[in-house]
Amino acid sequence: MRHILLIASLMCLLTDVIHAQTTSFEVKDYPWDDGKKLILEWKIGAGLDSLRIQKADPEGNFITIYDTTESFGSIVDDDVQPEQEAEYLMIAYNQSTSDSVVVSRGMTPLVQWYNLQKTPLLITMLLLSGMILYYIFASKRGKEFFIRRINALDSMEEAIGRATEKGKPILFVPGIGDLDEIQTIASLTILSHLAYRAAQYDADIIVPVRFSMVLTAAREVVKEAYIRAGRADAYRSDRVFYLTDDQFGYVAGIDGIMVREQPAANFFLGSFYAESLILAETGFSTGAIQTSGTANAHQLPFFIVACDWTLIGEELFAASAYLSRDAQQLGSLKGHDFGKILCIALILVGAVLEYSGIHWLSNMFNLG
Amino acid sequence: MKRTIPMIITFIVGMLVIISEFVPHKPFGPIAGTLENWFLIIAGFTIILGVLSLIRMNSIKIKSRAENWQYFLAGLISFGVMVLVGVFWGMQESSGILGHGEKISAWLGTPPTKPFDYLFNNLFIHLSATMFSLLAFYIASAAYRAFIIRSFESNLLMITAVIIMLGRTSLGTIMTGWLPPSLQFLHLPRIADYIMMYPNSAAQRAIMISAALGVIGSSLRIILGIERSYLGGGK
Repeated sequence: MRHILLIASLMCLLTDVIHAQTTSFEVKDYPWDDGKKLILEWKIGAGLDSLRIQKADPEGNFITIYDTTESFGSIVDDDVQPEQEAEYLMIAYNQSTSDSVVVSRGMTPLVQWYNLQKTPLLITMLLLSGMILYYIFASKRGKEFFIRRINALDSMEEAIGRATEKGKPILFVPGIGDLDEIQTIASLTILSHLAYRAAQYDADIIVPVRFSMVLTAAREVVKEAYIRAGRADAYRSDRVFYLTDDQFGYVAGIDGIMVREQPAANFFLGSFYAESLILAETGFSTGAIQTSGTANAHQLPFFIVACDWTLIGEELFAASAYLSRDAQQLGSLKGHDFGKILCIALILVGAVLEYSGIHWLSNMFNLG
Repeated sequence: MKRTIPMIITFIVGMLVIISEFVPHKPFGPIAGTLENWFLIIAGFTIILGVLSLIRMNSIKIKSRAENWQYFLAGLISFGVMVLVGVFWGMQESSGILGHGEKISAWLGTPPTKPFDYLFNNLFIHLSATMFSLLAFYIASAAYRAFIIRSFESNLLMITAVIIMLGRTSLGTIMTGWLPPSLQFLHLPRIADYIMMYPNSAAQRAIMISAALGVIGSSLRIILGIERSYLGGGK
């Protein structure tokens, strides 16, 4: 009996040794990344048919993150913190016999000096920036480029003229984004041109803003525009004012201004969300000439149906260059056209390759 | 000098943010996050300017007895009341200078609600919801104008909109549900899905791509100091 027990124990031990020898689990740092990924590789030995990978949470409790019946493979854990060690347990087991092998591994993800995955992005950015700079310098050298007319911007002059004739103010809404939003910056650059013209025509301009940072910038922009126009005395700081940080409170405030002051021209330029239609429809009901512009594609239909003119996406960013008539800035717009051609070419080539079963181009631009 | 220094700062910060996108290692990697924190700190200070502007604007209107001056008075009183109840008794878990105001909170309702939270939940939220709900009426009037058949484009728009509206409701299913399997492609919900998935997505992406190109061009002009209008214009 003792011998049988001894042989059984030895067999169990031998099985465990065989399982352990043929089972491997490695945790590797993801190469050339920002330290937010680790590669987990496994291979389970004969006699084992399932695998479970667990990861330690901040309290040290191991939580299952992956279950499989594949005997070998790898996964990428992209839920790790840079320079902080992540601990894993691999439990390889046999569902019927309950034999199991447990391997523990840990690894600290390293932050690299260059994120290799973003190389296609870098190349595209350099190419686009290079072309924009080329056109800017070509314009500087005196080369002339054809820039298509943007009716919404050409109509600004008309809108200001109408406001002057009627003796009514111009309302300018720089969107509901803060100053860290590029659309707000684009909006303020248009405000500069608009305030300059308004100062020249002696038209009153009202600029209600949603954020204090935008208030400071908008005041500076309008003030400088009045000084440039030689009408510093006509500048009124109380016409550029803060309403509220609240989205619908801001809308209610602007609606009130539109109804009470009946501006002859409304400009809604910047980042807009659910309030776009409320603003545009109220403005429409007052009979004002309305010009709008946003890069938020989902709000464009509302502006298009309720406003006389709408700047669509790119046109909002091109507006300042277009209005300035500065050769260098106009040259940069030609760079945008090159970007469009590049995108069209990439889309066409990408579509053909995808239909042909070749995926390297789409994989190259997959930064996930 | 007034423009040169901001332009130099813009150039340096712009380049650092671009570098941080491709160089995750310190000191470049965390720069974007640090700058965002700086922005929040500066924004916190500028709120004072906003409040001063609000008080000044409303006071001028009230003082000069401008048309509908009562509204501005109501705005100023509302602002003052919210600030005072917040300062005195705090909001949610935080206490004010007079503590948590247990008595007044108990008096305002069950479970006890702080005055600030009471006003926020029972006035502010409803007023915001009222403004938001105006959208329903405005969408109807805007849609009516958009769908009036004046040109080929508006005709196309109206037909598409009708298909989408029917396809997204049970009426569309009822209307075309009887079609045999060989004509399933004519089911209104399917046509609506197709329009949303392909032509609509394609148009939206085209706008997004062109906007992204605009952002690159605009950012380059600002970083390189070619575009200065945001500093007040001029050269």
